[in-house]
Amino acid sequence: MKLLQRPFGRPTRSAAPGAERELVARLLARDANAFAALVRAQHESLVRLALVFVGNRATAEEVAQDAWARILAALPGFEGRSSLRTWMFSICANAARSRAQSEARTRPFSSLEAEAPIEADRFDASGHWDDPPRAWEADTPEAILERKEAVSCIERTLDELPAAQRAVVLLRDLEGVDAADACRILQVSESNQRVLLHRGRGKIRRALEKLLARG
Amino acid sequence: MLTCSQVNQLVTDYLEGKLSLRESLKFQLHIGTCRHCRRYLRQMKRTIRTLGRLPPVDVPADVMTLLLSRFHQW
Repeated sequence: MKLLQRPFGRPTRSAAPGAERELVARLLARDANAFAALVRAQHESLVRLALVFVGNRATAEEVAQDAWARILAALPGFEGRSSLRTWMFSICANAARSRAQSEARTRPFSSLEAEAPIEADRFDASGHWDDPPRAWEADTPEAILERKEAVSCIERTLDELPAAQRAVVLLRDLEGVDAADACRILQVSESNQRVLLHRGRGKIRRALEKLLARG
Repeated sequence: MLTCSQVNQLVTDYLEGKLSLRESLKFQLHIGTCRHCRRYLRQMKRTIRTLGRLPPVDVPADVMTLLLSRFHQW
């Protein structure tokens, strides 16, 4: 058993550096198929990220479309100091922040939402499980994702998360952005980022438990 | 010895590799002896892996057409 470990989780949707360089080269060579594939892979994530700042789906969609224009405009200067996706998310977050400021919306990351600790209602006074986690019918991510209602449950729970938690879970767990980059993109401290991640993940686990618990 | 509630609150710090050696030892000692917390940790890992494998959401056809049109004009 390892005592000190690297962060759990991995960027499952990210391209290897070589593949990413090739993708950028194809985009710069005006390869429309490469662009369409990138849009298919990332557009919804850009919309979701923008939604955190601007608050409604229609505006978030406009911001994401604006972000694509900014991404293309800036692409010739992309130096690969971060991953392409991290760079794209930064551009989108900046576009969304500008839009939110122009519409005088309050930024959602000024403070952590006040919340009881995750699962606080499931422990007894001595801090031991009173209502312990139940075993799930699905043992692997693949088995979970085979169930359409589980995918819907995750999407719905994500949508219901407070904005800051949703943003952190989106970047860290859906997109595999590392903690330091997520903090830079969202302009939150490392410790706040971890609290938001903990709460967001915990709520999604709990939603899955309700759906998948045996018996 | 940590309580289950404390372990619950430390799960993300543990998974992020942010516990000190001493905290990590205490966490793992508890996990080694508590099947409920072991299950909780396993389910959190499964949740994270599942989130990373969510299928992409379809892009509306009109949005794709618009973006491709802009790409061609780029």
